[in-house]
Amino acid sequence: MQTHKAKRLAIIIESIMQARLTDILKEKGVTGWTVLPVLGGSGRSGEWSREGQVSRASGMVQVVCIIKPERLEPLLDDILKVVDRHIGVVTIGDVDVLRAERF
Amino acid sequence: MDNILSLAATNLLSPVILSFALGVLASLARSDLSIPEAVAKGMSIYLLFAIGFKGGVSVADHGIDRTLGLSLVAGLILSAGLPIIAFGLLRVISRLSTVDAAAVAAHYGSISIVTFVAGSSVLETSGIATEGYMVAVAAAMEAPAILSALWLISRFGADTREMDSALMREIMLNGSIVLLVGSFAIGWITGKDGLDQIDSFIIAPFQGVLCLFLLDMGLVAGRGLRGGSGAMSAGAVGFGLLMPFVGATAGLAAGMLLGLSTGGVALFMVLSASASYIAVPAAMRVALPEANPSIYLTLSLGVTFPLNLTLGIPIYIAIASAVTGGS
Repeated sequence: MQTHKAKRLAIIIESIMQARLTDILKEKGVTGWTVLPVLGGSGRSGEWSREGQVSRASGMVQVVCIIKPERLEPLLDDILKVVDRHIGVVTIGDVDVLRAERF
Repeated sequence: MDNILSLAATNLLSPVILSFALGVLASLARSDLSIPEAVAKGMSIYLLFAIGFKGGVSVADHGIDRTLGLSLVAGLILSAGLPIIAFGLLRVISRLSTVDAAAVAAHYGSISIVTFVAGSSVLETSGIATEGYMVAVAAAMEAPAILSALWLISRFGADTREMDSALMREIMLNGSIVLLVGSFAIGWITGKDGLDQIDSFIIAPFQGVLCLFLLDMGLVAGRGLRGGSGAMSAGAVGFGLLMPFVGATAGLAAGMLLGLSTGGVALFMVLSASASYIAVPAAMRVALPEANPSIYLTLSLGVTFPLNLTLGIPIYIAIASAVTGGS
């Protein structure tokens, strides 16, 4: 079956920054993304769990989007402006997709 | 003094405070007891709606006078001014950085609506009337502290994220302010007739829901204490214990100047003494991400909130009763 190369961008970010990030994606013409809840984890800021957080300020989400490889570089510059001072992880992976016209 | 002690004893042995204590103990003992997130959220919506609605009905009953406007202005001034006092105090007694001190200061200018709800509930069970519009004062006091803290940061040269319109909207229209002000308006518009229609929902279950909600708050505070105690210095903890009384004194002065009732003065003290742990942390994460959340959350939720809930509220009520002559 014919497959096509694409980039998978996965950004774990504080939930208060989610709308700011997805606004950038929208602005840059990214048509689809998925937001996943994050249950907990550990990193430079210490151990963290969603359980028992009193406010949205302490929550985190993962935003995943698949884009054409040529769109990646300009998008990363804008994403960095949102996430640079915040807790989070940005990863980029190579993936194959079946229907290239969708991304 | 006897009055303070007996109020404190009654308060400490109330179901509400004992539920909070249960939560703290269960959490410190690492029990798996937990309240589902959605249930806690539902209870907080219920409590905010009930307290806002009852405040609105009270205003509809007693009418408005010029003290309503003046109280709102006093609330705004207190919320904007207390962070500056808190910042100065922190710089003297703790070794927190400018950024951390400003972030903590914002929390102490803003308010904890749960402390307000608990204070109102103690006043109600003690038969002390309050001005219904104090709910509106509570809502007005949420945001100015955040602006003060950002001003402090810019003045002391640290870098903050631009105060953009999105952040401003998030602060001014955060869910708890909208619900509190909205239910206050509904209570005001519908008055006693409106209350008659829903009183079995918003009055009778109130104390029980508050117990469960504070059980959850106890669990959260206990977890915060367990996790955040390492980030705390003695000076910072001292600030968390001292600042509520500094704030309460400012609230007392404001309440007395405005000529409020005993209940009104007590609530002004409670509001000024309390520290935010919902609205302000969210704003600080956006505007001041370098500030350490475990310092400001542990202080406001793990130190000041339990202090106010257990000892602070009865002390403030007793002082308000003493200085107003219990009127």
